[in-house]
Amino acid sequence: MVTAREVAETVTDPELPQLTLADLGVLRDVAERDGRVTVTITPTYTGCPALDTMRDDLVRRLTEAGFAGVDVRIALSPAWSSDQITAAGRRKLAAAGIAPPGRAPRPPAGPVPLTLGPTRTAACPRCGSPDTEELSEFGATACRALRRCRSCREPFDHFKEI
Amino acid sequence: MDLYDDDFTGDGHWAFGTGFRDPLDGVPMTPASPELAERCLALGDDALVMSHRIQEWCTRAPELEDEVALANIALDLLGQARLLLARTGRDEDALAFHREAAGFRNVRLAEVRNGDFAHLVVRLLVFSTWRLAVLERLRGDPDPVLAAIADKGVKEVAYHRDYAARWTIMLGDGTEHSRERMERALADLWPLVGELFTRDPDLRAGFDAVIGEVLARATLKVPAGTAPPGPRGDDLAELLAEMQGVARSLPEATW
Repeated sequence: MVTAREVAETVTDPELPQLTLADLGVLRDVAERDGRVTVTITPTYTGCPALDTMRDDLVRRLTEAGFAGVDVRIALSPAWSSDQITAAGRRKLAAAGIAPPGRAPRPPAGPVPLTLGPTRTAACPRCGSPDTEELSEFGATACRALRRCRSCREPFDHFKEI
Repeated sequence: MDLYDDDFTGDGHWAFGTGFRDPLDGVPMTPASPELAERCLALGDDALVMSHRIQEWCTRAPELEDEVALANIALDLLGQARLLLARTGRDEDALAFHREAAGFRNVRLAEVRNGDFAHLVVRLLVFSTWRLAVLERLRGDPDPVLAAIADKGVKEVAYHRDYAARWTIMLGDGTEHSRERMERALADLWPLVGELFTRDPDLRAGFDAVIGEVLARATLKVPAGTAPPGPRGDDLAELLAEMQGVARSLPEATW
């Protein structure tokens, strides 16, 4: 028999359908108790409009798999970090042409220092060249920045480190 | 298939219409005390009103990259607004769409009418530098929900501030024309800075240090003297007339 966790782990991200919520580190917990399932997820960005869809998809997939009562809880803390994307998730991002994030900066206990120039680097997911430049810190979705490869000249998305 | 039948709107993928769930639905929490509710209302109103002013820049930004950047910044702030308004314990839609201007608790800096791009850059620099300092402090708030919202907000608002800071340097240390526009924007907006520190006056020193560093790099000067701001105009009422128009004229509408 499939477990609720196995079912929940097949649900994909609405905006990055190549990755599951588990790959992204958004799926925090799946608990079965007395026939009810409680799934805990965490938002990537506060304004991420995909959260409602994630919730609906989890409830639908689990209901279809025969789990009668499904509750979805939202965990705001600890805040999601791109470090929580799994190794499989990173491979799938690269295969989709999106440069996976490097290690996220450790949040300082005090004030966040100013950053006045581009600090991130990312290798081109198409040709592998490390010689790339940032076009914009803000991309097609809240979690992505836009870069261009100086070797093959192709633009690409970079999953931001947060 | 009839586009208007229930299957179309009820398929669970139609996420961008009405019927959003409370953004704190599923988050374990205790009822908000009156002080916490008032604090969250003010922080939520700042984010909501500032987000709307930035949204007004959509289709008007100088380059596509900035168009995308501003839309993302506005979306981050809207996300913060939804969580903060929900944390008051009241209905977020009622607060956003069915409240008069007099009931809003936002700072004036967030509501004043847009000017040119320099005006936007200065406003975003000042707003984000201040808000970042406030959120950094609130990470330690005794309310775990507000602390979590602040913790996430810090990461987002740091991006917004750095974006505005880079534009400040580009325009301030740019052409004679861009510099003149930045000087005018600073002079226009600076009288609204004082109000930001009514609640947490001790955050002013850190704010001044960051703004001072950015303006120095931009070869701009911090405006001298603090002229009192003029009387509050009808900027917010005008903003709300647009933002609330559909919800108020068709209060039962769903899509």
